[in-house]
Amino acid sequence: MEILNDIFVKPFGDMIAAPDFFLQVVWEGLVSGVLYALIALGFVLIYKSSRIFNFAQGIMVVFAALTLVGLYERGVPAFLALPLTLAVMYLLAMAIERVVLRPLVNQPDIILFMATIGITMFLIGFGEIIFGGENKVMITEQLMIPTGSFIFEPFGGFVSIEQKDLTAVVGAVVLVGALLLFLNRSKMGRAIRALGDDHQAALSVGISLSTIWVLVWFIAGVIALATGIVWGARAGVSFALEVIAYKALPVLMLGGLESVLGAIVGGLAIGILEKLFEIYWGQPLLGGNTETWFAFVFALIVLLFRPQGLFGERIIERV
Amino acid sequence: MNVQVGPDQLLARDDGVAKGEVLLDIRNVSLSFGGVKAITDISFNVLKGEIRAIIGPNGAGKTSMLNVINGFYTPQLGTIVFRGKQRRSMKPHEAVGQGIARTFQNVALFKGMSTLDNIMAGRSVMMKRNIGWQMLWHGPALAEEIEHRRAVEEIIDFLEIQHIRRTPVGKLPYGLQKRVELGRALAMEPSLLLLDEPMAGMNLEEKEDMSRFILDVNQQRGTTIALIEHDMGVVMDLSDRVVVLDYGKKIADDVPDIVKADQNVIDAYLGVPH
Amino acid sequence: MLYRTAGQFKTSYEADFALFPVKQDAILLAGVLVLAYVVFPLTANEFAFRALLTPVLIYALAALGLNILTGYAGQLSLGTGAFMGVGAYACYKLITIFPEMNLLVAIALSGFFSAAVGVAFGLPSLRIKGFYLAIATLAAQFFLVWLFEKWAWLYNYNASGAIQVPNIEMFGITVAGPRATAMSQYYFVLFVVTVLTFFAINVTRGRIGRIWKSVRDMDIAAELVGINLMKAKLSAFFVSSYIVGIAGALFVFAWRGAAEPNLFDIPLSFRVLFIAIIGGLGSILGNFLGAILIVALPVVLGFLPEVFGIPISSATVEHLNVMIIGALIITFLIVEPHGLARFWAVIREKLIIWPFPH
Repeated sequence: MEILNDIFVKPFGDMIAAPDFFLQVVWEGLVSGVLYALIALGFVLIYKSSRIFNFAQGIMVVFAALTLVGLYERGVPAFLALPLTLAVMYLLAMAIERVVLRPLVNQPDIILFMATIGITMFLIGFGEIIFGGENKVMITEQLMIPTGSFIFEPFGGFVSIEQKDLTAVVGAVVLVGALLLFLNRSKMGRAIRALGDDHQAALSVGISLSTIWVLVWFIAGVIALATGIVWGARAGVSFALEVIAYKALPVLMLGGLESVLGAIVGGLAIGILEKLFEIYWGQPLLGGNTETWFAFVFALIVLLFRPQGLFGERIIERV
Repeated sequence: MNVQVGPDQLLARDDGVAKGEVLLDIRNVSLSFGGVKAITDISFNVLKGEIRAIIGPNGAGKTSMLNVINGFYTPQLGTIVFRGKQRRSMKPHEAVGQGIARTFQNVALFKGMSTLDNIMAGRSVMMKRNIGWQMLWHGPALAEEIEHRRAVEEIIDFLEIQHIRRTPVGKLPYGLQKRVELGRALAMEPSLLLLDEPMAGMNLEEKEDMSRFILDVNQQRGTTIALIEHDMGVVMDLSDRVVVLDYGKKIADDVPDIVKADQNVIDAYLGVPH
Repeated sequence: MLYRTAGQFKTSYEADFALFPVKQDAILLAGVLVLAYVVFPLTANEFAFRALLTPVLIYALAALGLNILTGYAGQLSLGTGAFMGVGAYACYKLITIFPEMNLLVAIALSGFFSAAVGVAFGLPSLRIKGFYLAIATLAAQFFLVWLFEKWAWLYNYNASGAIQVPNIEMFGITVAGPRATAMSQYYFVLFVVTVLTFFAINVTRGRIGRIWKSVRDMDIAAELVGINLMKAKLSAFFVSSYIVGIAGALFVFAWRGAAEPNLFDIPLSFRVLFIAIIGGLGSILGNFLGAILIVALPVVLGFLPEVFGIPISSATVEHLNVMIIGALIITFLIVEPHGLARFWAVIREKLIIWPFPH
């Protein structure tokens, strides 16, 4: 039966027949995955330490990229624009927390989610007025992100790895590594984890809530900026970036809302799987463009088997 | 069509069991969660028409026992015989169909709805008119709604909560919430009513009211009641027989006066290691 | 004084169940119906029909469908746009395959297709709870829009990928297609919306509405009261998606006249969701109030430059519109999560006791 062969046999045959191409696809997926993971990570950090659902993390990425480029276009030199953008992001995050999230702090997740959609809409409208709606180019050279690509020739084939992608992955690894070290080894990091485990207990041993929140939101801002730079370098800077914001959702649901490891694994898994699916099944069999929905359908299927996600805790309902 | 509904029309439904016979029989039931043994080899019965108290120190497995009876948990071992039918597992809504209703330790009301709607929700199992009639409203759907409204109003009168009929239950004080929850359970016209700490958090007056309601339900309607309760005075006064649990095992099973004097029971409550 | 309820006693349960226990409410509704059926058609111009009256009705209907699922039954849905699309494409296929079919019948039938798809994507609600359920309807949203584009049979292999509404007559009047007048389309939509709203009001105030609200408030307790969760949730998905699908068919056939797949993309879902939230989840009236606000806002904003003499580009007006809606959502969620419907309820209470303070 031709169809069965096309679905279950041929794709794997193709992978094996052209292993260099397979590696290329995996690499591309990995890079996207890294970026999804970063966005999810920013969210998990905030949720873990303050129980606040900040889905505006996605639009913050866009805003960070736009602010950076916008400042540069107005004549601010690149290396000044970076810390300035960071400051802006930080202020934005604090404003969001104070104006929107704090008043809603005990509401069910659905309400918070919808509020952050409101924030997203507001920032999109606001951003388009300030920055204009045309696509912009990320200032990669000015930031000393190398362009050009490396070429490998494994298995007698051909794999091209763009240097900016490599920088992104390496940078992300360093960033996450530093973050994990910080969370697990430093005093502040321990405080963040304590706050995530049990709010009251943490307060009663003298951990200062506001200091921690300031720190956490700052870190989330750094992550948003890094993600914005990398994504902007790959895809151009425009409000189409908000699409990534939606993709962060299946990553979070797969990884569980509170797990740093889950965000990373979920992001990488979805990045790689959606690319593989698109190249080996989507384009030959379905007409392509499946990356718009694959992540969601995949997360849905996983949730059907494990309603708490891959890393979440089993929810036991007691009456 | 003005039909007067009197208390005798809301007697516990005819469930095929005569007063004094065994309504519920728990046989060698064991329940564990992961490695934790909640209930170990417990057997006791409940006679039709009686008030049976289940008591014991915290963590003894009392709520788990109720959850087993109404099908929320499935025991690993043992069987349950209710109205002559034997089974080990039963879905919760099947239990309702069989005539078991219960209340909960942490009031499980529908907070967004009024008292009236909450108790009407208890009639859901008995209301049948399909969506076609519902869309038209006038006609069979409305007639059914009125019929069940009468029954619910009778319960509201009985529990003296007319004044809070339309109040969203989320706004009611705790004691009244528990009364509404009792009303919802009664609306299901159960053969067996399971009450999980119905007096928890109440002051003396509220306890007296609730005791009176429970007694009336038992005596006027003939409903069999199994209740978990910590207030010993209430237990001794209300119940016909008592079963005592400790660490998931049964340590006594008799009339209140005898259980009161049982040394094992006293030790369990005093925390004497055993 | 105006809204005096004193003296209006209910002496039977039947009277207590009446839709308008207070006479003044009934008079108010009668007034609104007169406005809708008589006054507006006589006084409105084509612009008013196309930019305000007809879309308000259609969006209100879509929000009504969504509200049944999210506001009454508590199941979050982010796929409203896609379900509207299913209704629209189903209607298109029915009309092109059976050109002689009465448009009302076609629309009524196309609702069943969107209902079936809605139930299919609602099945996960039996396993997945609360916020995580959003992923199911999001998956539906993105998958279906992709399908609308890829499955060429849906748009009859048209090169542009879009569907165009042909001229359709009913009782001698053209109600759809390029020849239809704005007024006839308005009446068509008004009729459908009136009928569906009537049914929705009845279903939500009876036993099924009560079951949905129980599931929304505490589904474990609902189960323990004997409610079959599966039937309750899936019936909510069915009824909701049916209404939403019809709204989608009206959207294309009685208003826009044509459609491309990306019309049903996620911004549409959010727009309907915002109408439902701002109007008030769990209310029928709220959907209409919310639709009026969301539809009128850009129109009003568009007139502002003239009124104030400030030159504002239409692009900026659009951005301002988006910003204001975002701000409104946030404000409503913080200040009055029960939306405009609650505002109306409060005003009504004040009217009843006026001129006394309390």
